[in-house]
Amino acid sequence: MSVEVEGLTVRRGGREVLRDFGCSIPAGRVTGLLGPSGCGKTTLMRAIVGVQVVAGGRVTVLGAPAGSPGLRSRVGYLTQAPSVYGDLTVRENMRFFGRILGEGEGRVDEVIETVALAPFADRVVSRLSGGQQARVSLATAMLGRPEALVLDEPTVGLDPVLRRDLWATFRGLAARDGVTLLVSSHVMEEAEHCDELLLMREGELVAALTPAELRRRTGRDHLDEAFLALIESGEGE
Amino acid sequence: MSVRASAAVAARVLRQLRRDPRTVVLLLGISPFLLTLLRGAFDNDLPAFQQVGGPLVGLFPFSTMFVVTSITMLRERTTGTLERLMTLPLAKLDVLFGYGIAFALVGTLQALIAAAVAFGPLGLDVVGSTALVVALAVGNALLGMSLGLFVSAFARTEFQAVQFMPAIVFPQLLLCGLFVERDEMAPVLHAVSYALPLTYAFDALHRVTVEGSLGGAGLADVAVIAATTLLLLAVGALTLRRRTP
Repeated sequence: MSVEVEGLTVRRGGREVLRDFGCSIPAGRVTGLLGPSGCGKTTLMRAIVGVQVVAGGRVTVLGAPAGSPGLRSRVGYLTQAPSVYGDLTVRENMRFFGRILGEGEGRVDEVIETVALAPFADRVVSRLSGGQQARVSLATAMLGRPEALVLDEPTVGLDPVLRRDLWATFRGLAARDGVTLLVSSHVMEEAEHCDELLLMREGELVAALTPAELRRRTGRDHLDEAFLALIESGEGE
Repeated sequence: MSVRASAAVAARVLRQLRRDPRTVVLLLGISPFLLTLLRGAFDNDLPAFQQVGGPLVGLFPFSTMFVVTSITMLRERTTGTLERLMTLPLAKLDVLFGYGIAFALVGTLQALIAAAVAFGPLGLDVVGSTALVVALAVGNALLGMSLGLFVSAFARTEFQAVQFMPAIVFPQLLLCGLFVERDEMAPVLHAVSYALPLTYAFDALHRVTVEGSLGGAGLADVAVIAATTLLLLAVGALTLRRRTP
């Protein structure tokens, strides 16, 4: 297992966003974190990356406690809102983060290519579209060749062709390079691209299974309906 | 701590600044503009211009760097880039030193331009060394930077951050001795002025521009400025959090 979460409790604004939460994320696979908006996906991801103040529990990532200094070069994180410098060009952003991560020009060009931004490499980020800005942020997360990638809604607002290409990239990273990916989405159809699924609702894990198991267990082909059926049957793990 | 990371942050901050030519023009142009205004305002009282002009050359960088740093740092906090930086293999001090290097360079440039205009065409004359005035100006730029960095933690929006200028810089300007001798102030304010860093910045400048040299007391002023800058940077580092609620 690449990530182990045990008994995780997080309070934000006097409310328990995660309550005694536990899950495991296998190494070298694409794990989808799915559930409606506000169910605690981002909070869980922040806890895994180690930027979330937690009230209790244990989060272990690649064998070390989440947030350990040694993990900073081994875990890549994409926040939901693009976190790059809007007044710099795509390439200037990449170069800056590359210098911190010890990656050179070759790698910078490579990731810009991966997120299909080569034609916009010398454009100022704030003048790009929302989807393009999200991809700059994604490129930054992938830049340092992390062993684990935590991606908060990386495909939201992208057109279908790009979405397909990015999922192919994610699958390639897992299959070829053995990278562990945790990818969140509130769109159930995205579950299709994942090896494993973590289904969340109101701060709790509803189920951990594969897309095929989800279909089998609920008898629904459509993943959206399957998720609803699972919740309505009140059946968790 | 890594020199490479600090240099990367400094280069990035400067590049962002260069992307915004209007801000650069304002940063470098406001002090000469205000000094020119002052010269005109004191047209019939040149001794008064000589009295305040010198210290002002050294105090302008303090206020501009304060505003620039508090806004830049607030942006870094609100756009999520600070959170990203905190997840990367980068020490908090690398971020702070990077900002320090970048703004020291800008402060130097700003002080040089203000000094060139003041001591050149405006005919400002100081008793002591003009190079020392520029050096003190750079120190004050760093003091303003560290103060801006610190207060940025207490602002949620840019509107709030901008208000820190009148709230935090103006009282210090009023009480530092530039407008009224500190001995003549109400006793309470006189006492308060001892706790304000700009008092020492002004005192050092006053000694150089009017008395001719720093002397022992002036060196003590410089020590206070340096210590305050380092203290504010250390407290500022505490406001950069790896984990947030």
